[in-house]
Amino acid sequence: MSKPILEVEHLTQHFKINRKEVVHAVDDVSFTIARGQTLGLVGESGCGKSSCARSIIRIYDPTGGKILLDGEDITHMSQKELQPRRKKMQMIFQDPYASLNARMTVRDIIAEPLLAHHIVKSKEEANDYVYPILERVGLTREHAGRYAHEFSGGQRQRVGIARALVLQPELVICDEPISALDVSIQAQVVNLLRDYQEEKGLAYLFIAHDLSMVRYVSDMVGVMYLGQLVELCGAEEIYSHPLHPYTQGLLASIPVANPKLAREKQTSGIEGDLPSPVNPPSGCRFRTRCPYAKAVCAEVAPCMHEVAPGHSLACHLYD
Amino acid sequence: MESILTVNNLKTTFYTSSGTVQAVRGISFEVGKGEIVGIVGESGSGKSVTSMSVLRLLPSTARIDPESTIVFEGTDLTALSMNQLRAIRGQKIAMVFQDPMSSLNPLIRVGKQVEEMLKIHHKELSKQLLREKVLELFRQVRIPEPEKRYNEFPHQFSGGMRQRVMIAMALANKPDLLIADEPTTALDVTIQDQILKQLRTLQRESGASIIFITHDLGVVAELCQRVLVMYGGLIMEEAPIDELFEHPLHPYTLGLLASVPSLHQDKQGRLTSIPGSPPDMTKPPEGCPFAPRCPYARQICAREQPPYVSFGEHRRSMCWLLQPDAPAENNPFRKEAAK
Repeated sequence: MSKPILEVEHLTQHFKINRKEVVHAVDDVSFTIARGQTLGLVGESGCGKSSCARSIIRIYDPTGGKILLDGEDITHMSQKELQPRRKKMQMIFQDPYASLNARMTVRDIIAEPLLAHHIVKSKEEANDYVYPILERVGLTREHAGRYAHEFSGGQRQRVGIARALVLQPELVICDEPISALDVSIQAQVVNLLRDYQEEKGLAYLFIAHDLSMVRYVSDMVGVMYLGQLVELCGAEEIYSHPLHPYTQGLLASIPVANPKLAREKQTSGIEGDLPSPVNPPSGCRFRTRCPYAKAVCAEVAPCMHEVAPGHSLACHLYD
Repeated sequence: MESILTVNNLKTTFYTSSGTVQAVRGISFEVGKGEIVGIVGESGSGKSVTSMSVLRLLPSTARIDPESTIVFEGTDLTALSMNQLRAIRGQKIAMVFQDPMSSLNPLIRVGKQVEEMLKIHHKELSKQLLREKVLELFRQVRIPEPEKRYNEFPHQFSGGMRQRVMIAMALANKPDLLIADEPTTALDVTIQDQILKQLRTLQRESGASIIFITHDLGVVAELCQRVLVMYGGLIMEEAPIDELFEHPLHPYTLGLLASVPSLHQDKQGRLTSIPGSPPDMTKPPEGCPFAPRCPYARQICAREQPPYVSFGEHRRSMCWLLQPDAPAENNPFRKEAAK
């Protein structure tokens, strides 16, 4: 098997908010993404999934751990060293309204990465790349001369996707790419991303809080809670046999689009609120909301370990 | 069922510098006593403008058509002056908004903000009594440690807790009708689940009617008894909850249901999506607003708006495919059309 496109080992990302307090945004997270595969990362807001993505793409400087892109350690590379390697790794952002420059035409937006990486020398030359990718994401040539405000949310997200894909990256980090879109448009965008993957064999790190969408795009799914990965396994496995109490609660909280099943629903969601990432609970971080918490959960932090082939978990219930 | 709110031919139009936007284009519906009615639709479908029109919480650029009537407990709200309407807002009809972050004043203690709601409509209450009532409300919506929370500021509350405060505020005067405009959209699923449970319990205890606006069919399925599906400023379909999911009678509803991935079915290869995007409401389509995206559209669909076909009380749909003369082939509703 060829080496994975992305390996994340014990990634830790802390943010100082003042002299004493530190936000534990990401704590000791490890996973790998094989070429052409998709890892879905899910969790509530504030669980560190976006921070994780931003550390990987080196918007932040990681506090600890290692990030290997295509086998190469990029954890502490300078921005200058990183620049040529960014071609391999691109990002699609959540908010299609904020992530496109309002004063640039769609052509300029998509041509910018091409110019930055010296793939083309002029904007005229860039058209050879811009037009095909525009058509690939379901827009037309005529759209190239327009500005972002002339587009709907779904179309803007397509522009953002075109910008990420024009460099033919091997890994695309999608940070909640569909959360801001309407249901009927979400499916369009998800299908687009999947078709492109089948065609080009690129890998995705797909971050979302919508578990039902994640199931459709992912090969593997990782569940995060308060900065830590608590469960990691195949996409179907996590829906059919969720083991971590948090994953179980999260799945039970999803409203069922079927009134009969909704009335029969026995399982209950999760009580309470997410604790502060400044002072995370001792031991297992989920214990304050966990219905099965034991004495040991407050004392010893559970480690990620394999409970079945390809299924890792951090929970004392399965020790 | 006795109706508490009857909306008749509501048209709300915005007159802006870049043209007129016909947000709501003639809709009629009613809400029964103690009933939870859902309004589903995508952004721009007119569902929020509908709810804002009921309490006339609209910007000055908006006009409600003079022919429209909104009758609440026997009074036509469109005929009331702003002063008369103010006596109803928050008293008989209360509202919960989508964004709990921006609906609270960041400089005023949370308890005081809820108190204000009571003070406006009950000037006679003493300070002591007001405080007790607010604490009682906090307990009702399950805000832990109400005494401590009373004196805190909004930034000390999480999103879910803030939405609980908003609900407490809405319930303060025991309204007969609660309008909830995407109250859980900004929240995590785990918190959404908690809030929905709460709303269900509170509704059962108080017997108030609820209009619940959302884009999430899952939320509708969990909470509502009857649903209005809106698109392009019109009600496309109305149905009791089970019927909508079992026998949808509009191509838009079909598309909407198909694009929701289900956790309870086997994974399909691809998601079904609705091609295209919603219409531009400055130039609404002449015919059926869904025609440009509809897989079954015929010539007539683009030309003329279809009339409603009714299938008993609270069951109607607006689609040419339901007409007796509709073609039988490529028609998902041919059985219904034949009737």
